[in-house]
Amino acid sequence: MAAEFQNFTLNFGPQHPAAHGVLRLILEMDGETIQKADPHIGLLHRATEKLAESKPYNQSIGYMDRLDYVSMMCNEHGYVLAIEKLLGAQVPVRAQYIRVMFDEITRILNHLMWLGAHGLDIGAMTMFLYCFREREDLMDCYEAVSGTRMHATYYRPGGVYRDLPDTMPRYQPSKWHDEKDVARMNEAREGTLLDFIEDFTNRFPARVDEYETLLTDNRIWKQRTVNIGVVSPERAKALGFTGPMIRGSGIPWDLRKKQPYEVYAAMDFDIPVGVNGDCYDRYLVRVEELRQSNRIIKQCIQWLKDNPGPVMADDHKLVPPTRAEMKGDMESLIHHFKLFTEGYNVPAGEAYAAVEHPKGEFGVYLISDGANKPYRLKVRAPGFAHLSAMNEMVEGHMLADVVAVIGTQDVVFGEIDR
Amino acid sequence: MTLSKRYQALAASIAARFGETLHPVQSTCGELTFELDKADLIATGGALRDESEFAFETLIDLCGVDYLQYGESEWQTRSASSGGFSRGVEREVIVPDADATWDPQRFAVVYHLLSVVHNTRIRLRVYAGEKNPPVVPSVVDVWPSANWYEREAFDLYGILFEGHPDLRRILTDYGFIGHPFRKDFPLSGNVEVRYDEEQGRVVYEPVQIEPRTLVPRTIRDDNRYSPDIKEAGDGS
Repeated sequence: MAAEFQNFTLNFGPQHPAAHGVLRLILEMDGETIQKADPHIGLLHRATEKLAESKPYNQSIGYMDRLDYVSMMCNEHGYVLAIEKLLGAQVPVRAQYIRVMFDEITRILNHLMWLGAHGLDIGAMTMFLYCFREREDLMDCYEAVSGTRMHATYYRPGGVYRDLPDTMPRYQPSKWHDEKDVARMNEAREGTLLDFIEDFTNRFPARVDEYETLLTDNRIWKQRTVNIGVVSPERAKALGFTGPMIRGSGIPWDLRKKQPYEVYAAMDFDIPVGVNGDCYDRYLVRVEELRQSNRIIKQCIQWLKDNPGPVMADDHKLVPPTRAEMKGDMESLIHHFKLFTEGYNVPAGEAYAAVEHPKGEFGVYLISDGANKPYRLKVRAPGFAHLSAMNEMVEGHMLADVVAVIGTQDVVFGEIDR
Repeated sequence: MTLSKRYQALAASIAARFGETLHPVQSTCGELTFELDKADLIATGGALRDESEFAFETLIDLCGVDYLQYGESEWQTRSASSGGFSRGVEREVIVPDADATWDPQRFAVVYHLLSVVHNTRIRLRVYAGEKNPPVVPSVVDVWPSANWYEREAFDLYGILFEGHPDLRRILTDYGFIGHPFRKDFPLSGNVEVRYDEEQGRVVYEPVQIEPRTLVPRTIRDDNRYSPDIKEAGDGS
């Protein structure tokens, strides 16, 4: 009788809350042990790359936000870097600092989402609530600078869309919050956006300590993560792992240090690495990255407060002129018209630009034939390579560990399915 | 942008070791690109991975490219003043796969390699040849991460990878027909789906969207945007 039940196929997802979106896993089970995992992806495939081929360059920036929709600005960053590389465009230093600061804000946003969801998946309900408390403040930073909480379209070839605002939006009294409540909630919002972020960076390390008291020495947490999904450094390289996944296996590989872009070379921060390459080490790496990102943001705030200046290149073949210029200058009007009806032509050639995205190496490979639209755009999504190693990581583990491995890979289907 | 010193040294050592098989391509962005024959791919890839001088242990990306319409402009810019602009939306209907062969440089597979040890990157390009369907040897045995990337290139471009252990579609729907990233595949697709009340299931129907172009694809060869012409004050 037992033999009949020994091997069976389990369909996990695509509508499973622990599948982080629309992952469909076909699991071949031997009792409760995984023999083979076959992820079926593509349920969120929108052909972003083909859509980009049919649009002028700038109109695809918004699509990049929707790739990895929990680290929006980092995706934009990879895309605009590739365009700038082909154009040979220069970006003002202030824009580079803003980009670095928002990349790190995005990294915290992403890691908080990951930590909350990963915790929730394997039994730590409180984490989700704690992480979303801090995410809310960072979402407000996104909103203050770009007008939207998620899909910012803030980075543009040649700089960033606009300078940091001088005021933060404030709460208004309502039937849920009286004057006293609102005054308390608005305390950090009296100054500029930079003051608000500075206040956040001062509060945040204590919050990370809170997360750690809940998880790091938690017996249940360790039972669920230690020695689960172990990847050796050699395998990590062969499987194309990047970001926290390769660092968790003990290889100090971080593009911000190794191939610095923007002003990362001027930043003082450390790269955490794991030892065993299991889920627990990758958890420790990401938590430490929260602290390091906080350090980088602090350095950027100081610089940005001291150094006002332009945030966009002064090249109207690439960047639209201001509204005021257009009122009095015919040439500016022509530039504006050409940029918005036709876009700019990018010299023929090919470029690959990569950024250290919160999930790993986010690369954009761009082929241009000299037109105003990309000839071919290929997005190298870190999660794609990580998920392709799913079978190897879960083989021989129990069914419940699949959830831990999905969590540790930090998969987001916007980028994997593209 | 010129090559940095490190990459010049790498280019020299690659030329010395693989001068016969890897043909350098002029780069515009300080990157190293090589083209090679698909027959040499496995041996050269293995050598690039294993020899400590190169140590390209990671295949960071692999993608297909369809060069069918490379350099084609939808909008004539030179004769425009006499004849007026067209909207550039009419396109001849291309029947996919009508020919048994095509331009040998139509389909290419591009490999982005990374050496974590030396902190270097190179790009390899292999043309799939004129045979229909295009075939390229699989590099799964050299770099395991190629597995899904090759499935993706097969799915989107119909490039077959010889020796791939499990060449299935990966991104498109179950039962999808065609290879959507080919340049002769319409952006709107060929079929659309809806739920049919009477039949009580989802049905596929020919797509009803009219293809349209809001901004035509334009290639300007008069260097209007080139900075040196702007500086010369020519303005033409």
